[in-house]
Amino acid sequence: MSTAARTPPRVVLVDDHGLFRSGVRAELGHQVEVVGEADDVAPAIDVIGRLIPDVVLLDVHLPGGGGQAVIAAVKKDHPDVRFLALSASDAPEDVIAVIRAGARGYVTKTISTGELADAIQRVADGDAVFSHRLAGFVLDAFAAAPSAQDVKPSFDPELDQLTSREREVLRLIAQGYTYKEIARELYISVKTVESHVSSVLRKLQLSSRHQLTRWATERRLA
Amino acid sequence: MRPRAVKGYGEGPWSDPDPGACRLGGYQGKSRWQVRGPAGDDGCVQEPSEPTWPPFRFHDRHGWRAERDWQAQPDWQPRPDWPARARRWRHRGNGEPLRRDPEDRLAGGVAAGVAAWRGFSPTTVRIVFVVVTLFSQGWLIPFYLGGWLLIPAKGAEASIGSRARHDSRGIALAVGLATLLCVLLGLASVLNPWLINTYGWQQVVSVAFLALIWRNTPDSEQAALRRLVEPLESLGPGGTRASRGTAIRLSAAVALLGAGVGWLLTSHESIALLRPLAGLILVTAGIVLLLGPWWLRIARDLVLERQARARAEERADISSHIHDSVLQTLALIQRRADDPQQVVQLARAQERELRSWLFEGRTLGDGDATTFAEGIKQIQRDVEARHGVPVEVVTVGDCQLDDDLTALLAAAREATVNAAKWSGASVISLFAEVEPEQVEVAVRDRGKGFDPDAVPGDRKGLAESVHGRMSRHGGSAAVHSALGEGTKVTLTMPRATTSADAAGGGSRR
Repeated sequence: MSTAARTPPRVVLVDDHGLFRSGVRAELGHQVEVVGEADDVAPAIDVIGRLIPDVVLLDVHLPGGGGQAVIAAVKKDHPDVRFLALSASDAPEDVIAVIRAGARGYVTKTISTGELADAIQRVADGDAVFSHRLAGFVLDAFAAAPSAQDVKPSFDPELDQLTSREREVLRLIAQGYTYKEIARELYISVKTVESHVSSVLRKLQLSSRHQLTRWATERRLA
Repeated sequence: MRPRAVKGYGEGPWSDPDPGACRLGGYQGKSRWQVRGPAGDDGCVQEPSEPTWPPFRFHDRHGWRAERDWQAQPDWQPRPDWPARARRWRHRGNGEPLRRDPEDRLAGGVAAGVAAWRGFSPTTVRIVFVVVTLFSQGWLIPFYLGGWLLIPAKGAEASIGSRARHDSRGIALAVGLATLLCVLLGLASVLNPWLINTYGWQQVVSVAFLALIWRNTPDSEQAALRRLVEPLESLGPGGTRASRGTAIRLSAAVALLGAGVGWLLTSHESIALLRPLAGLILVTAGIVLLLGPWWLRIARDLVLERQARARAEERADISSHIHDSVLQTLALIQRRADDPQQVVQLARAQERELRSWLFEGRTLGDGDATTFAEGIKQIQRDVEARHGVPVEVVTVGDCQLDDDLTALLAAAREATVNAAKWSGASVISLFAEVEPEQVEVAVRDRGKGFDPDAVPGDRKGLAESVHGRMSRHGGSAAVHSALGEGTKVTLTMPRATTSADAAGGGSRR
């Protein structure tokens, strides 16, 4: 997506609050190109299918089903469209569900405009965007010690756990470090940080580990 | 000092108050008085509020009595759970004086009131009432109505009876009705003196009571009474809406009733056992046909009414919560619109509270932290409230507090407060991770930073309370700071070996 890196990415906003959409549109107007808006699952699928944007800014909670419904429907026909989940909610299981459905990142609605534009650009470039909160959720999900009967033989056991380097990166993200600061802290390049984050994202999406679902259930019940 | 387990409520995974009985992932510390942590030396752990679990309400008041009974019967083998049994059987119920319960009534709410008073199910009490009515030849009915008259409703000051005393017209009406009924019964007893003498005369009192209740009950209860009387209206000539089905039903019922009553009235001369039985069956069939639809409607109305009430209560609950929290904060924000710092602080505090209410199902500020993650959130609350600097918190894993972790929390609090006071940063990041072998806390800001070597000796804050606390409990603290680049304090506390085992299946990789 080298072209997208130079021209402003084309963005579709999906959020059920009109005020929020217009706010984002007004603030992001000159940094990204907002090509469309939708307020629910069905119109979102329609708009995205017509416009094929680079990035969809997707609210986790929508009246007609979660954000994951949109991702699942769009991914079938347009695997190139990238999603950045956005929510005011802290419920970890919802966030993890959207990420597992295929979103490239998650930011909270309290994010500043500059950071949001930056995150959109990053997603458009094919990178993953982890907010400090998401990093905490992911660490939590992968940290829960699997009990013996719970571990299903995975087709790729690598997917079921994070490497120590990935954990370090996630920890620093959770502490609010930027990628550049992480790179300096760990004596690695920013590109390496990005690849670590992408690999965490891949594991999160592909892991067949039951733990992730069980963890989410526990969070809800607890 | 080990945390003290408080008996009773949901002694789930931590019934053994092992100080390090920890687990990773997920929230578990729901019952807040499960384990009382030791009070922190700087008071950061507050006293938990008094438990309100009902069975123990009477403990102090009645404990001595169980004790005395025990001593008075030396040959009686005390059972180990005797105090609990005594409480359970002597003091079940809600411990309040007997009140009718109009919230949960079929007729006057007497049965529901008795049930709540003695701690039975209302259904049980109602069944007992009906059975007693049958066996006492109907004597329970006047007693029930007397109870309705004399027992005050829940939340009401006076009983209906106390109001009825001043209702001279009502009394006159009651006496008149009773007299009329007496005359009627007297006439009827010519036909069947046995039946009337057995079942009739008691109801004279009932009718008088009912008249008094009808005249003096508040509007809400009158509605219930009216519903009970409603079908009788449809029997009268005014019931124009009676369809053909109703007409058929009514005539069939009247025929059955007539036949049955006639049979019963003539049966006193007969000694055949079958005849009164057949008469009873006919009467019953008639009554069912006559009143069945009405009973069904009453049952349905009751269910609907109860659902509506539950919904209304829920709505009231939510709106009062929104009022107490969100609306108040919005009002404050409007008033302080010229102070952005304050506005941000208010909005953040409100956001956090609403979130925890919505997604974690608890209200903030109620009681004490019993787990490490709750303790960290408490730090966030307090620092944001007192110093007005947002604190971004990320916690990974959780476990029960023990002495060492309380010290770690105190050190983390000190470091966070330090950052809020001195760094000048706009946001502080507080990261806590519970691992099987250790617990780590990182407090980080992007403020002005300082040169750790150049701190004058009289500034004890960081050195004494953070380093000192940590090393006393076997942990360690590291401070990274440079002028203009912010500060990061990393605190590490090893966990007791037993707790690592208890953390859920050993190490994680």
